[in-house]
Amino acid sequence: MSMDYEQYLSKTAIDLKPSGIRRFFDLAASMEGVVSLGVGEPDFITPWNIRDEAINALQDGYTSYTANAGLIELRQEISNYVQRRFDVHYDPENQIIVTVGASQSLDLAFRAIVNPGDEVLIVEPAFVSYASLVLLAGGVPVPISTYSDNGFKVTPEQIEAAITDKTKAVLICTPNNPTGTCLNKEELTQIANVIQKHDLICLTDEIYAELTYDDDGFTSMASIPGMYERTILINGFSKGFAMTGWRLGFVAAPKEMVDLMVKIYQYTTMCAPHMLQRAAIEALQNSTDQVEHMRESYWRRRNYIVQALNNIGLSCHIPGGAFYVFPSIKQTGLSSEEFASELLQQEKVAVVPGNAFGESGEGYIRCSYATSIEQLQEAMKRMGRFIDSLK
Amino acid sequence: MKLSNDELNILAILEENHRISTETIAMQLNMTEENVHRTIKKLEEDKIIVSYPTLIDWNQIEGKETVVAMIDVKVTPQHGVGFDEIAERIYRYPEVNSVYLMSGTYDLSVTLEGKTLQEVSKFVSNKLSTIDNVISTTTHFILKKYKHDGVVIEGNDDDDKRMVVTP
Ligand SMILES: Cc1ncc(COP(=O)(O)O)c(C=O)c1O
Repeated sequence: MSMDYEQYLSKTAIDLKPSGIRRFFDLAASMEGVVSLGVGEPDFITPWNIRDEAINALQDGYTSYTANAGLIELRQEISNYVQRRFDVHYDPENQIIVTVGASQSLDLAFRAIVNPGDEVLIVEPAFVSYASLVLLAGGVPVPISTYSDNGFKVTPEQIEAAITDKTKAVLICTPNNPTGTCLNKEELTQIANVIQKHDLICLTDEIYAELTYDDDGFTSMASIPGMYERTILINGFSKGFAMTGWRLGFVAAPKEMVDLMVKIYQYTTMCAPHMLQRAAIEALQNSTDQVEHMRESYWRRRNYIVQALNNIGLSCHIPGGAFYVFPSIKQTGLSSEEFASELLQQEKVAVVPGNAFGESGEGYIRCSYATSIEQLQEAMKRMGRFIDSLK
Repeated sequence: MKLSNDELNILAILEENHRISTETIAMQLNMTEENVHRTIKKLEEDKIIVSYPTLIDWNQIEGKETVVAMIDVKVTPQHGVGFDEIAERIYRYPEVNSVYLMSGTYDLSVTLEGKTLQEVSKFVSNKLSTIDNVISTTTHFILKKYKHDGVVIEGNDDDDKRMVVTP
């Protein structure tokens, strides 16, 4: 008997937008000789001292569950780290949870704050998961579009204009994926004023905090006066420490919120892998030089690709962080998807069409520069040829 | 000597790959090509950049295999003949790859390259041990090189294990 599956399956899940990245992956993965600027993760392997600790932890038999919120030693290290780097204090006992990637921190945060129909403002172009996570939590994602003329920075006026009586929270991601845009202290303060005025929650995704390149460094939303008590801070090991495959992140927030998130966590996941948590302690204690080494390497490649893209005629603002540039392709007359698939077919360079990150990403492509300078040079050569062929 | 940020950045790039063009270095550091060129020249003149060696795995090439030995050399420096003079007499031989003055149980560490075991042994007994002031030598032949000057000879850390497109 053939079953009509649709009637058995979750309508919410069925209605989630298919990932624009997934489709592109299938296409690129089937080809040989592709130079990829499509990878959203570091090209470094995790520093050896951290890998070595994971091996030790396995050898020593750390194979059991841990406390739901994670090893207290690790939470203590996270607390020290957040204090040292971002100048905010979270109590390791009851304000920090070690999660399975920042992805899970986001999921926990939305589940903990969203009631049916609550609106969450999402600054776009944005990381692909946010809107779907809000929908899965029963909320309504409300996009706020940003544009290249002011470097994809959201303004307080834009946020204010999007607020309704259903608005619960604002999600900020700095440095941003896919635009690389960073918000400085002043810009964060202006946004914070609106959030406070309307008594909203702020979710701040700071997963790229280690990777900023401007002289004024990185400011955490949680450190802006008046924000600590209404901010859920999300960060992790994936990007700065080159640990994407480990699936380790963390969330820090006021105790009342963390209590609720721990409750959800204990029913959904229990805890992050024990042996990997032990290695994460090493990451926070002894990897400062290596993180800095990687940051400098990305900085050099950012400078290169921004110039190279402008040289071949794709205008592009200078992003302050992460490892993405988001050049405009509007002058080619192609849509983002057309551009990306033509480029892949014709020159075997993989980039991600900007509309995968929200409507305001249309007319742009995301290029990741987390690949070797030789690969970047090759990609620029091929893309230059592609642009010329369109003239 | 204290170096500027630009100089340090250039060194970081060259240490990884000295064949990279000045144009690419300039683009990476937001400098002009002319300035990069001048800075490298200065670093060379100041002997901060000493040379640009190429690491070749000769043992993969038929007929070009080599044998490398590390030799611990004990010496007795005498009046007028210090470590530096003895080291010089050793490092002038072209088959000698490196000579270091060491702390500990011996004095000079000498790396030597030859075509065969016999060739290396002969050099040690005929040339090295006969130098005045050399009291003793201990020869260690290298059986396998795993890592040399920061470069892993075999191993697959360099393979890109990532998927082609990820969020
Ligand atoms: C902005 C942003 N947030 C969160 C994540 C997820 O990170 P994790 O690997 O810690 O789940 C990513 C990964 O691409 C990201 O770009």
